[in-house]
Amino acid sequence: MKLNLLVWRQAGPNSPGRMVPYTANDVSPDMSFLEMLDVVNEGLITRGEDPIAFDSDCREGICGMCSLVINGVPHGHELATTVCQLHMRHFSDGDTVTIEPWRARAFPHTKDLIVDRSAMDRVIAAGGYVSINVGGAPEANSIPVPRDVAEAAMDSAACIACGACVAACKNASAALFVGAKIAHLALLPQGGPERTRRVAAMVTQMDAEGFGNCSNEGECEAVCPKEISMANIARLRREYARAMWRGGK
Amino acid sequence: MTPPVAAPAEASTRLDARVPDGPIAAKWDRHQFEMKLVNPANRRKFTIIVVGTGLAGGAAAATLGELGYNVLNFCIQDSPRRAHSIAAQGGINAAKNYQNDGDSIQRLFYDTVKGGDYRAREANVFRLAQLSVRIIDQCVAQGVPFAREYGGLLDNRSFGGAQVSRTFYARGQTGQQLLLGAYQSLMRQVQAGTVRMFPRREMLDVVIVGGRARGIIVRNLVTGQLERYEGHAVVLATGGYGNAYFLSTNAVNSNATAIWRAYKRGAFFANPCFTQIHPTCIPVSGEHQSKLTLMSESLRNDGRVWVPAQARDTRPPNQIPEAERDYFLERRYPAFGNLVPRDVASRAAKRVCDEGQGVGGTGLSVYLDFGDAIKRLGRDTIKERYGNLFQMYQKITDEDPYRVPMRIYPAIHYTMGGLWVDYNLMSTIPGLFVLGEANFSDHGANRLGASALMQGLADGYFVAPSTLAGYIGSTSLPAVATDSAEFDETERAVRTRIERLLAVGGRRTPRSIHRELGKVLWDHVGMARNEAGLRRALARIPELREEFWQNVSVPGRAADLNQALEYAGRVADYLEFAELLARDALERRESCGGHFREEYQTPESEALRDDERFAHVAAWEHTGGQGSPVRHVEPLIFEYAHPSQRSYK
Repeated sequence: MKLNLLVWRQAGPNSPGRMVPYTANDVSPDMSFLEMLDVVNEGLITRGEDPIAFDSDCREGICGMCSLVINGVPHGHELATTVCQLHMRHFSDGDTVTIEPWRARAFPHTKDLIVDRSAMDRVIAAGGYVSINVGGAPEANSIPVPRDVAEAAMDSAACIACGACVAACKNASAALFVGAKIAHLALLPQGGPERTRRVAAMVTQMDAEGFGNCSNEGECEAVCPKEISMANIARLRREYARAMWRGGK
Repeated sequence: MTPPVAAPAEASTRLDARVPDGPIAAKWDRHQFEMKLVNPANRRKFTIIVVGTGLAGGAAAATLGELGYNVLNFCIQDSPRRAHSIAAQGGINAAKNYQNDGDSIQRLFYDTVKGGDYRAREANVFRLAQLSVRIIDQCVAQGVPFAREYGGLLDNRSFGGAQVSRTFYARGQTGQQLLLGAYQSLMRQVQAGTVRMFPRREMLDVVIVGGRARGIIVRNLVTGQLERYEGHAVVLATGGYGNAYFLSTNAVNSNATAIWRAYKRGAFFANPCFTQIHPTCIPVSGEHQSKLTLMSESLRNDGRVWVPAQARDTRPPNQIPEAERDYFLERRYPAFGNLVPRDVASRAAKRVCDEGQGVGGTGLSVYLDFGDAIKRLGRDTIKERYGNLFQMYQKITDEDPYRVPMRIYPAIHYTMGGLWVDYNLMSTIPGLFVLGEANFSDHGANRLGASALMQGLADGYFVAPSTLAGYIGSTSLPAVATDSAEFDETERAVRTRIERLLAVGGRRTPRSIHRELGKVLWDHVGMARNEAGLRRALARIPELREEFWQNVSVPGRAADLNQALEYAGRVADYLEFAELLARDALERRESCGGHFREEYQTPESEALRDDERFAHVAAWEHTGGQGSPVRHVEPLIFEYAHPSQRSYK
C-alpha cells in the first residue's frame, strides 16, 4: 500500500519546525511503523537528503525509547502498544498519517521527532530507589512478600518510562510515571524505610522539571503501552498526603 | 587464504589468565584477600570510566559509586535505563536451592561448563556460580518484584534444559526489572554526586597512555562534537556483536564498535565464532525486517515443537492429524525433549526446514504448539505463565497462539565470544576491563538460558569493583591530561574516519550493505559452517568492505545529530569484524556449542568436539594495517568438570 505522511521536521531546538509531506510506497502490512519509516529514510539517504531523525532501540516494546505521536495519539491508536509494535496492517492504502514528537515543556526538543526526556531520570534520581549498597543485602527469602503484593508491585514496575503519559496529557503531567514508581516501592517491604522521604522528594523534583499537575483526565492510562493503571496516581496522592502529614521526612 | 594452524596449539606467552592457586572453591576468597585495596578516603581521587549502562555496566557504575570512586558513565541511549539488558525475558539463575531439588554451587558450575561444551575457564565459572546467590539477595533488597509463591517466598522455574528449578523471574520481564534495580541504584549515585552520567554518547576509541587504558574519545550524538575523557581505568560493558549479522534479536543500536576499537588498540578478541542462535524467535516476514523478536525459551517448557511429517505439506496446522506430525525434538531427544539446549534445538529446526518440512510462507519456520498444554493446564494457567509473550506474538504476526500454533525460527541472539579477559576481567590492555557480554568470559561455546543476566550482574556488582581496586591499588598511575599527545592522536584518528565516511558520496545506504553482509554471515558463518562456505565468506567480506568505502551514501554533517553517520560507522566496523569472525570459525576445526562445523559431527549429526586440538581459547591479536591477525592460544584445563560428550538423548 501507499501512505501519505506528514512528518514534523525541525533541525534543532532553536529552529522553526514544520510538517513536511512524504510518500511511503510499497508498504507491507507486516512492517512495523518504524520499519515503514526506515524504508522512507532509505529513500532519503539514497537521494543524499537528511533522513528523518527518530528514537528507537529494542523494537520489541520494552526499552521505552520510541516516541512518536501518530495521528495525534502518542504511540498511535492501537491500545497497549508502543510505536515499534504498531504494524502497518492497521492502516489502509491511501491513508494520510501525521507523525509528530512528544510535546511537553519538560521534554525539550532535540531534532525532528526526538526530544530530551532526561527529566524523568532526574525524578528517579530524587528518590526512586531503595538505598541499599552492594554487600549489605539480607538473605533474599528472609522477608516474605505476599504473592498478590508482589504482583501488584510488578504491575506498577512494568512502566517503561517512554513518556507517552506526559505527551498525552493536556497538562503534560508526569503523575502516572511518578505514581507507578511510588506505588512499586511503597507496596514492597523493601521500600518501606524511605517511603515518606521518597514521595516528597520525587514530587518536588517532578514540579521543578516543569511537568504539569494532574487533573484526572485519564488520557495517560489510555495511551500507556504497558497499561499502567490510574490507580497508581491515586496511590501517589495518598502517599504524598501521608508524607505531608508526617512532615515529609 | 589462511593456512591451517598447526595443532595442538602452543600456549601463548601473551595470555596470562592470572587464575589464583588453591582449590577451586577457595580461589575467589583467597584472591580477594590477596588483592590490594584502595583506602575509602582515597577512592574519590580515582576516576573510573564505565562505558555502557546495562546489567554489567550499570551495576558496575553504581557499585563503584557506592564505594566512593569518581565514576563517569556513558550510554548511547537517551537514558541509562534503556540498555538492551532490558529486553531479557526469561530469568536469572542462582544456586539457592530453594526448591530442595539438589541444586548447589557445584551443580550450577558443572551445568554451565558442560552447557558451554567445555570451552570456558573453570575458575571464572565457579566464581560466577558462587556469586549467583548474592545477586538474588541484592536484587530483592533493591525492590525487584520477583515472582513469589503464595507463602511469600521466591518462586523458581526450570529453564533451558536445567534439571533443577533455579531460575528466578519477574513475569516475562526479568531483564527489565533487574536493569531497573541497577538503574535506580545508579541514579541514587548520580544524585549523591559519585557518578556523572553521559547519555547519548558513543565511544569511538580508547586512549592508551604509557601502555595503559587511560581515556576514551566519544561522540556526543546530539551535537556531533567529539569529547575526551580521562580516567585511571576504563571499563567496557558494551554488549555483544550479534548485530554484525544484520538481523538479530539485539536492539537496533547495539553494536560492536567499542570492543572493535579496543581490539584495534591492542585488546585481544577471543572466540568470535562462538555465537548463539536462539531457537524461539518470530520468523522473518520480509526484506524490510529491521530486527528479529525473541520469545523467551521458557515457552518450550509447555509448548511442543513440531513440523508436518510429510515435506511440503501446506495444510493448516489444525488439519494435520497427530499421526502426521513430527515432534522432532521429542523424537530425537527423548530424555530432554523440547528442552534441549538452544544450539541443539536450533540446528534440529534448521535441519527439518532444509529437508522441506518447514512451515509458513517462506518454509523457514516450525510450529510451537500450546494445544496440549492448554488442554492439560487450562487457558488461564497458560495465560498467567506466558500472557505477555502471546500478546507480543499476536501483535507482530496477527495470529492468535491460543488457537493456532506459533511459528518460530532460530535467530542470532547472544555472542559468547568477546574481548579476552583474565580472571580479573582485565583485557590484554592494562587498565581496560571488559564486563558482561562484551567479554568472552564464562559461557564457553554456548550460553545456558538465564545465565546472561547472572554473568552481567556478577561482573558488575561483585567482580569488577574488587578487581579494579586490586589494579588501582597496585599500579602507579600518574596523572594524564586530555590535551596530551595521545589524546590528540586518538581524536585525530576518529575525526579522520568520520570525515572519510562523509566524503564517500556514493549511492548505497549503509543499511543495504549491512543487509548484504548479514546474509553472507548467516549463510556461511551461521548455524552450520563448513570450510568451503567460510572461505567464500572470507573472499566476499573484503569485496563488501570495498563496496562500502567506494559507494556508501552518508548525508548530513559531522557536527549535528546524524543517525545515518552513526549507523555507517558501526557498519564499517562490522565489515572489518566479520572477517575475524569467519577466520576464527575456519581455524576452529571442530564443532562445539554454538560453533557447528559440518565436517566435524557424529554419525547422529551431533557436534563433535576435538579436545585434543581445540580445548583452548583462541584470542586474536590485531597486528595493524592490512597484516593478518595473530591467533593466540590459552589452553583450558578441566580439573573439576571432566569433559564428556554432551548428550541430551
